[in-house]
Amino acid sequence: MTIEATVQTGGVTMPAGLPVRLSAVRVSFPTAGEPLEALRGLTLDIPAGSLTVVIGPNGCGKSTLLRVIAGLVAPTSGSVALDDEGVPRAGDGRVGLAFQQPRLVPWLTVLDNVALPLTFKLVSRLPLVAVRPGSKTTDVARTFPHRTPADVARTLAREALDRVGLAEAAGVRPAQLSGGMAQRAGLARALITDPPVLLLDEPFSALDALTREGFDGELQRLWMDQPRTVVLVTHSVGEAVRMADRIVVMTARPGSVARVIPVDLPRPRPAASQATAAIDAEVRAALAEVHPAELSSWTDR
Amino acid sequence: MKRLAAALVSLAAFLVAWKVLTVLTGTPDYILPAPEVVGARAVRAIGSGILWEHTAVTLSEILLGFALGAASAIGVGVALGKSVVVERVLSPYIVAAQSVPILALAPLLDIWFGGGLLARVLICALIVFFPIAIATMVGIRSADPLLAEMLRSLGASPSQLTARLEIPSALPVIFGGLRVGVTLAVIGAVVAEWAGASTGLGVLINIANQGLFDTPLMFVALATLAVIGISLHSLVVVAERRLVLR
Repeated sequence: MTIEATVQTGGVTMPAGLPVRLSAVRVSFPTAGEPLEALRGLTLDIPAGSLTVVIGPNGCGKSTLLRVIAGLVAPTSGSVALDDEGVPRAGDGRVGLAFQQPRLVPWLTVLDNVALPLTFKLVSRLPLVAVRPGSKTTDVARTFPHRTPADVARTLAREALDRVGLAEAAGVRPAQLSGGMAQRAGLARALITDPPVLLLDEPFSALDALTREGFDGELQRLWMDQPRTVVLVTHSVGEAVRMADRIVVMTARPGSVARVIPVDLPRPRPAASQATAAIDAEVRAALAEVHPAELSSWTDR
Repeated sequence: MKRLAAALVSLAAFLVAWKVLTVLTGTPDYILPAPEVVGARAVRAIGSGILWEHTAVTLSEILLGFALGAASAIGVGVALGKSVVVERVLSPYIVAAQSVPILALAPLLDIWFGGGLLARVLICALIVFFPIAIATMVGIRSADPLLAEMLRSLGASPSQLTARLEIPSALPVIFGGLRVGVTLAVIGAVVAEWAGASTGLGVLINIANQGLFDTPLMFVALATLAVIGISLHSLVVVAERRLVLR
């Protein structure tokens, strides 16, 4: 059977990222005793195409916040919307996720891991249309005549691996990858469907400082080449200042937004300058204000 | 090759010990025949076609019973693993069926299903079912929740999650159940034949023991069952090595 396939986004041109709006979001988890309240009254507007960094102490609900945006956790109360289109659903294609642990399926090759999101979607035999954010359908629609959905998924997975510099590792299994390579594979998987919103939960925190800085640079390059809304969770003030358009400082649990600090500096940003030092100091002051007991851990970073 | 050599050395040692025992004790052949007596009887049984006639029946019962039992056990095990409600509803029946001795159930199944191949296959499947179903349930529940969350975020449907994560994660445990199940299938086939059959290695054992007082033939039938069990177990191990990532 001849299948003409492309990547599906419903034939609608995606904008360069989607805005994310969270309003009075509260999330609590049932426990054996009292419910554990992770987020309380969290209101945050994340502009389309921005690179927002979320920072806060351990357990303040940063990861829960990302899960809410991704549709993996439903708010107990309050609302979350992407592009005013209502509650996000897990796997609806609008959000890509990368975690601190790359979470690659151990029995699949790197290529098949990266192709997974497409494998899950390309079960239909209907013609599919590939649309990249910020482009018209006709500009970027890619057809693959006489190809099966699996072929298409692998072709696009190879391209995604190439974009993160991991093309040579396509055929190996995750156990054979270094930590940095596994993170690249996780990033390629998150990017393969060109999601308008990319959520990164401390994706580089397990890497050494130099590798991490390299990854930060690459992430910025990918974001500038192809703008989308990026939300990055980190513990590092330095990384936040290096990367962000806006830094969201969260309170201790139950998490809410303590401050939003705009970072209006040109890119790429030098590791140390007067301007970055001023933002750095402002972020540390904000952190000290909302949870002074945690300050000592921040001053070291 | 090393594995084969070890197996041959082990077999040779077993035969020597057996022979020494018969010589030292002077036991007559109708109680403990020497290995060469059993060997000679096997050659005659093969030559006359009697061994193959009974083996073919038992082997088909084992294979069909194991296939049916394993397939249904894996299906039920997946359902048990994924749904607490299903587990609560089905568990008492599954445990009850396992708790009742198969020897007691076999005549009943033989009556219900007409005493033919179907009844014996069902008895075989029943004895195979429990260890595989429980192993599958445990395996399904052992899937990494972080990977499951990742796949859900990538758009995996519940059935895709089962096919791409839960079953592959469960494979090592499922194969543990299959290893136990395949040997139980051999026992199930013999028990089923004792409950009512005219051919099969279980029947041959009865004939040799009670009708002909042909103890060497009984040993031939027992050895054939052992060879079937070892062969099928080896096949499961080979499949496990191919399918389970190490």
